[in-house]
Amino acid sequence: MVKLQDIAHLLRMAAVFLLGLVLFLIFRSAFIPKSFGRYGHYRGDAIAEITARPIAYAGHETCEGCHPDVADTKSKGWHAHVNCESCHGPLAKHADDPTSLSPQKPDVAKLCVRCHSENRAKPQGFPQVNAKEHSGGQLCNTCHQPHSPGITQGARK
Amino acid sequence: MEGFMYPNEVELQWSVLIVLYPFLTGLVAGAFILASLERVFRVEAVKPTYRLALLTALAFLIVAPMPLQLHLGHPERSLEMYLTPHRSSAMAMFGFVYLWYLMAVLLLEIWLDYRKDIVLLSQSTRGWKRLFYKVLTLGSTNISPGALRVDDRVGWVITLIGIPSAFLLHGYVGFIFGSVKANPWWSTPLMPVVFLFSAMVSGIALVLLMYLLTSALRKAPVDMHCLDTIAKYLFYTFIIDFTLEMLDLIHRIYEADESFRSLDFMVHTRLFVSQIVVQILLGTLVPLVLLGAAQLVRFPEPLRKRIYSVSGTCTLIGILAMRWNVVIGGQLFSKSFLGYTTYKMGFVTREGLAPAIFLSLLPFAILYVLIRLFPPWYEEIPAPSPSPLAS
Amino acid sequence: MTLTRRQLLVLLPAAAAAWDFVLAGTPEAAPNYNASEHWWGMLLDITKCIGCGSCVRACALENDVPDGYFRTWVERYHVSDFHIENPVVDSPDGGKEGFPPSDLTGGKNFFVPKFCNHCVDSPCTQVCPVGATFHTPDGVVLVDQNYCVGCRYCIQACPYGCRFFHPTKHVADKCTLCYHRITKGLTTACCEACPTGARQLADLKDPNDPIHAFLKTHSVQVLKPHLATGAKNFYNGLDGSVR
Repeated sequence: MVKLQDIAHLLRMAAVFLLGLVLFLIFRSAFIPKSFGRYGHYRGDAIAEITARPIAYAGHETCEGCHPDVADTKSKGWHAHVNCESCHGPLAKHADDPTSLSPQKPDVAKLCVRCHSENRAKPQGFPQVNAKEHSGGQLCNTCHQPHSPGITQGARK
Repeated sequence: MEGFMYPNEVELQWSVLIVLYPFLTGLVAGAFILASLERVFRVEAVKPTYRLALLTALAFLIVAPMPLQLHLGHPERSLEMYLTPHRSSAMAMFGFVYLWYLMAVLLLEIWLDYRKDIVLLSQSTRGWKRLFYKVLTLGSTNISPGALRVDDRVGWVITLIGIPSAFLLHGYVGFIFGSVKANPWWSTPLMPVVFLFSAMVSGIALVLLMYLLTSALRKAPVDMHCLDTIAKYLFYTFIIDFTLEMLDLIHRIYEADESFRSLDFMVHTRLFVSQIVVQILLGTLVPLVLLGAAQLVRFPEPLRKRIYSVSGTCTLIGILAMRWNVVIGGQLFSKSFLGYTTYKMGFVTREGLAPAIFLSLLPFAILYVLIRLFPPWYEEIPAPSPSPLAS
Repeated sequence: MTLTRRQLLVLLPAAAAAWDFVLAGTPEAAPNYNASEHWWGMLLDITKCIGCGSCVRACALENDVPDGYFRTWVERYHVSDFHIENPVVDSPDGGKEGFPPSDLTGGKNFFVPKFCNHCVDSPCTQVCPVGATFHTPDGVVLVDQNYCVGCRYCIQACPYGCRFFHPTKHVADKCTLCYHRITKGLTTACCEACPTGARQLADLKDPNDPIHAFLKTHSVQVLKPHLATGAKNFYNGLDGSVR
């Protein structure tokens, strides 16, 4: 038979463990973020925080709202499906307050060749040229109007 | 960078600190299992190293989370792993395995084994040491034969639970790597088993070396029967470990899946020194040959000691190299199997070589303190104090 | 009808619980958006990608992606003849400024845009130890950068290499499918910027989304299907050599 006094130290150790467990549970409830677990095993507030990020690209529909003339010209040419900000960069700030940010004209020397310089990996039918051979060093917009770049309509199928 | 890597893969994510971490926990698991040989399997021969092995395990277990904390992007948030552990994550569950092993196994077992000494020391020492020991007694000074019998029984049960707990402690680390299907160098069901056996090998080698070292420092005689037994267990465990690693290798070579050519090239170039030279030749074959020879031929005592020292040291270096090859090797090749990168290890940076060296040496400093506080030498147990033992 | 204080004490918590339930489908900062009505994916058309890198630049500008790290990138493949297991691949600066001409002649050459696949059975969310990366109810995998501890396990677990460790915030980072845009009826920045329509956001739960008709009439693949991640980026014209 085991005497109580011989296991008293074990009971004290058990009490220490129990105390530790209780303290841990209290600590847990104090420090776990309140929104944790709302939708799943994550902080529910995180979704709102991520969604609240400010927008940089306004989207072409916003541009077309204020610039219907350009939209119209563009829709009839080869760049119909190239969105405005693809060339003009992010302009949500400009759309929110047009006077606060005046969009800079794109750098034609760099911009056009990024899409149109010839490269074996580009799809076959895609218009691509060797810039020097094609224009002898002249800027692309010398001959091509960017919003409607075709020179001879119907020349290419 | 060589060949092609996904752009985000060029920089390594897990550094030398993450190499150190499984090495340290492996030493813990291995040292504990050696200690349990005496307690549970009644291998009396290794009793002289029982307490030393437990203290060694504790010293390394205390340091083990430190490389992780240094590595985390936000160590101040690390408690989140205990507050909101994600049950599908092996890393999260490991936090609890670690806590369980530290509190419910190692500390309890050490406390129970040392309790008589703690009570005696709480009466014979003065100053802050006296307070320290008094706190550890939890106010109970009962060291009657009845109480000590209870301690022994409970300690036996804890050791018994401790063996699978030690397996879990390091097997989990292996699972953390082995369960990553994205990485074919890591992803194998053998990973937890290989990690575990290499842990046992490293832990046994460490206790062997610590025993030789502390005996030399204390100018105390070495119990050769104990030493020979430890070396024997090291040898046999090593055979199993080597077999497992060879199985993994042969399997890979034979099946030669899509990752094989890329991994094979990596081993022969980027990992040649650390894997072929250090891990396999120096760290596995040399100790195996030396220890095997010592099993077959009865060498004279001084030569045996030297063989064991060299084998033990080579083993530790080899197992550290194995961790390096797994962790760093797993990040040197691209998951596109088309390229390789290099590991740029800093020196005095947060995750550099200097902190790694410091953290490797820290456990020995802690062990020194533990040895001073809890002497593990059986011939130095303090004699019972003449004052009454009533609690 | 007058309420006694006792009745109010019972009704208010119940109402709060019910309101929470209602809110469960509605991310707070996008009041008109009900997550349960959407299931996001993307359609990538390899036959249309010209490797201009507009998507990479747009994503970096929209999301403040640090230099040298990529939430999306473009790879260029060169496959010579039948050597489908040995393509030559490059991605200079992720394709951000397009691709310089290559010396490799012959063979088959094409571009492959890549980014987070927002997998249904994502290995990355499975391994996160704290619940900092998760699936939204509408199928987007996000990172809670205020909760992430920076252990980088998710980065190791992603088979596609789409995650990276943010160099200044010290947390995991990756494509969010421009969650802040799609919850407001806009498309992602990369799709907005793509000049050829190679990238198109798809709402798989919307019966009118053009992807459904497209999937019926084209052969599409996902990346690394053998890993069963449930990837939701569908590639039209994806060659077998793509890694």
